[in-house]
Amino acid sequence: MNEKVIYVKNLVKKFGSFVANDNLSFEVSAGEIFGFLGANGAGKTTAIRILSGLSKPTSGEVNVAGYDAYRQTEQIKKNIGYMCQKFSLYEDLTVRENIILYGGIYGMSKSLIRERLADLLAKLHFQEYENRMISDLPLGLRQKLAFSVAVLHDPKIVFLDEPTGGVDPITRRQFWETIYETASRGITVFVTTHYMDEAEYCDRISIMNEGKIVALDTPEKLKKQYNAASVEEVFIKIARPN
Amino acid sequence: MINVVESSDIAKSFGPIMALDDISFSVNESEIFGFIGPDGAGKTTLFRIITTLLLPDKGNMKVLGMNATTHYKELRKNIGYMPGRFSLYQDLSVEENLNFYATVFGTTVEENYNLISDIYSHIEPFKKRLAGKLSGGMKQKLALSCALIHKPRLLILDEPTTGVDAVSRSEFWDMLNKLRQYNITIIVSTPYMDEAIRCDRVALIQNGKILSIDTPQKIRAGFSRKLFTVKAIEKYRLIKTLKKNPEVMTAYPFGDSIHVTLINDSSDNSLFEYLVKEGISDAVIQEAEAGIEDRFLELMEKA
Repeated sequence: MNEKVIYVKNLVKKFGSFVANDNLSFEVSAGEIFGFLGANGAGKTTAIRILSGLSKPTSGEVNVAGYDAYRQTEQIKKNIGYMCQKFSLYEDLTVRENIILYGGIYGMSKSLIRERLADLLAKLHFQEYENRMISDLPLGLRQKLAFSVAVLHDPKIVFLDEPTGGVDPITRRQFWETIYETASRGITVFVTTHYMDEAEYCDRISIMNEGKIVALDTPEKLKKQYNAASVEEVFIKIARPN
Repeated sequence: MINVVESSDIAKSFGPIMALDDISFSVNESEIFGFIGPDGAGKTTLFRIITTLLLPDKGNMKVLGMNATTHYKELRKNIGYMPGRFSLYQDLSVEENLNFYATVFGTTVEENYNLISDIYSHIEPFKKRLAGKLSGGMKQKLALSCALIHKPRLLILDEPTTGVDAVSRSEFWDMLNKLRQYNITIIVSTPYMDEAIRCDRVALIQNGKILSIDTPQKIRAGFSRKLFTVKAIEKYRLIKTLKKNPEVMTAYPFGDSIHVTLINDSSDNSLFEYLVKEGISDAVIQEAEAGIEDRFLELMEKA
C-alpha cells in the first residue's frame, strides 16, 4: 500500500501570467482511491492533464506510475486508464469492436486482447451483447463496460471523471463495488467529481481552490476538522469561507 | 388552492421504448416539486409534455387549469422553461440575451427586474460578455434569469445543477427558495438524491414510472426495515463477506460505510460475531436513519 504511484512536489503550471496550478504537492499510493475536488476553474483539469502526460509542468517535480512528467509522457499514457461519464466508448461500434480498438490503442498483443475480451464478456455476463452497438446498451451496462475498458491494459492508475453521475442508485452501488475491487488489486483510482457524495467513498480527498490544494486528508478527518456533517459542507466552508 | 399541474395517465413511447408509462401526479401552487431519477428515467420527456413542446400518446395534462394540448399558446406565455442543455444564444451578450427573452414575451427587463435582481446581480458586472464565454455557474444564473423575465406562474427546470460545483449548486437552491415569495410554482429535476431535501415534495422516477411521491421526510420514513451502517478498513473484503451471509438481505456501499439490511431486524449482534469469525475484527456496526437514496433502492428492488 505504500508504493507511491503519483508523486507531485511543488508543481507549478502557468499560462502566460496566469498561475493555474500554484505549488501543488501530494502523493497517492498504489491501491488508493483518491478524490480530487475543487470548484469550477480551481485548476483540476490542468493538473489532471499533467498527470496523464498531456501537458508539461512549468516547474516542480511530477512522477506518475514511475515515469517523469517532463520526459516520459508516452510511458505515462501507457500506464494509465481514463473514463468519464459523458464519453468513453464509441457508440457506433459494437462491444467487441470497442474492446479490440482500445486494446490496440494501448498496444496490447492480439492474443492478450482476445484473452481479455473473453474474460470481460464472461465477467460482465456480456456474451449476448458482444455484437451489439454501444448505443443499444442500457446506460448501466455501458458504464460497466467503459470502466472495464479503462483498465483493460492493467494500468497502474485509472482516472475517473464523475464516474457515477446520472446513473440509478443500484448501478451506482455496483459501480463502487467494482472500484473497490479494482483498488484491492493494487490499481490506484483517481476520482474527480463535483458531487460530494461521490467524494465520501474515497480513501482520501484533496480540495483545490484558486490553483492551490487547500485541504488534503481522509473524508472523516476533514469532517472533524471543519466540524461538518458531510464532505459537501467541508467543501462549501472552504470555497466560501464567509 | 388550485393544482398548477395535473397529470393523469400520461404515456409516451419512442419506437419500442416506453419513455413514460402512465404518469399521474399533481403539483400545488407555490411549491417546489422535484423529479428525482437517473438519466433515461423519462424526466426530460415529461417536462417537454408539461411545457407543451411534445404531445403525449395518451393521458391528460392540465397545466394552470388549461389543457396542454389544446391551449398551448396561452400556456407558453405563463411557463418559464430552462432546458437541461444550455440553450441561450452563445453569440449574444448576457444583456442581449436577457433583452431578447423579455421582448419575445412582450415585456421589458425593467418591468420584472425585481424578480431576477437577486440572481442577475451576480452576473450583471459581466453583462457585455458573450453568453458562450461564461463559466458554468454564470451560464446557469443567466439561463434562470431569462426563464424568469416574463414573470411566469410556473417555472420548469430540467437538471439545472448538473455539472455545476457544490457551492454554485447550493446558491442556486437558495435562489429557488427565494422565488416562493412571488407565488411561482417550481418543477425541477435532478439525478442527485441529496437535492431532494431542498424540495417540498418529490417524485422518485425510474424507467418511465413514478415509484413514490411525497415529502422528502415521508419518503425517508417509508423505508420499511432497520438500517445498519457497517464500517471496516478493508471495504471490499467487508462487502464481499457481508453478501455471503444468508442473514443479510442487502449490503450496499454508501460513502465510507456499507448500508446493510437484515432478513431479521434483530440479528445485528450475530452479524458482528459473524464478521469477527470471518476475520474482520475492526467492524463498527451502528443503526442509522435511512436517506432518500436508501428508500429509492428499496423501491427499485420491489419494482
